[in-house]
Amino acid sequence: MIATISTSNSVLILAIFLATAVEMVEALTIVVAVGHTRGWRSALEGVLVALTTLVALVAAFGPALLRIPINDLRIVVGSILLIFGLQWLRKAVLRSSGLKAKHDEDAIFASTVASLEHGEVSRRDTLAFVTSFKGVFLEGLEVVITVLTLGASAHKILLASWVAIGTVLLVAVVGVLVAKQLSSVPENAMKMTVGVLLVSYGTFWCGEGLGIHWTGSDAALPVLALVYLAGTWAIVAVAKQSRKNVAS
Amino acid sequence: MKLLKKATKAFGMFWWNFLVGDTPELFVAVITILGVLAVFKSTHAHALMIVLPVLVLGALSVSVWREVRKR
Repeated sequence: MIATISTSNSVLILAIFLATAVEMVEALTIVVAVGHTRGWRSALEGVLVALTTLVALVAAFGPALLRIPINDLRIVVGSILLIFGLQWLRKAVLRSSGLKAKHDEDAIFASTVASLEHGEVSRRDTLAFVTSFKGVFLEGLEVVITVLTLGASAHKILLASWVAIGTVLLVAVVGVLVAKQLSSVPENAMKMTVGVLLVSYGTFWCGEGLGIHWTGSDAALPVLALVYLAGTWAIVAVAKQSRKNVAS
Repeated sequence: MKLLKKATKAFGMFWWNFLVGDTPELFVAVITILGVLAVFKSTHAHALMIVLPVLVLGALSVSVWREVRKR
């Protein structure tokens, strides 16, 4: 049997994969720092409790989202994706144009280690548990929102969840193997791609919710992504030029 | 009761930081764009296909421009 993946599924999988990967690299940086400094037991307990809570959130809110009328859901979800995606794109544009420092996982690692180095390490290390839990839970919550919003609008929560789970496992395995090279992940490029995809989805769902019948139906999604990518590059170019003008 | 109040506040703060945070202009822009387009959806549905992405890119440009001007 030949499995076929539609255009909308491919874009959905790519969006979930990249968004999950970016957030999980950030979470992993914190967990590795905690594990190295305070010991792995409490750090991994924090990870486990955070992941369990996140799975419970998806199980609780996923089916409920599917009961909301589809057009209302698409406008609400589309708006959230647009706002969230624009925030990501804005950060990526500012970093690409040199207006903001690039995200540095080494700096996060160093500052987390510095904040954890003081204090006695006990068998049950509350500080390590809480730091690890917060890192995974907060970064994971953004993944959950992305999975629920993208998955619910496309009525593909199960597919979205499996892609996210697979990505979390992949990042965890790769992270353990190359824990000290986390900073080499091209985060800004990934962030820009995720931003473009989230804004494209947000535009698509908002449009559908408003009654727009996109030319080419689902094929409009990659076209929207290309338009936003080109637009973002143009904004980066103008921002770079403006920065030079301000500096000179 | 105190725990419920604390949880509600934390929930509200999370969404506020998530959607508004340090870029309130993007939040306002998206809500305004969708509100205006909702008014014109019955008469200009076809044009909205072009107008919506253009306005979204416009909102991003304005937000970046605000940051450039701060420096």
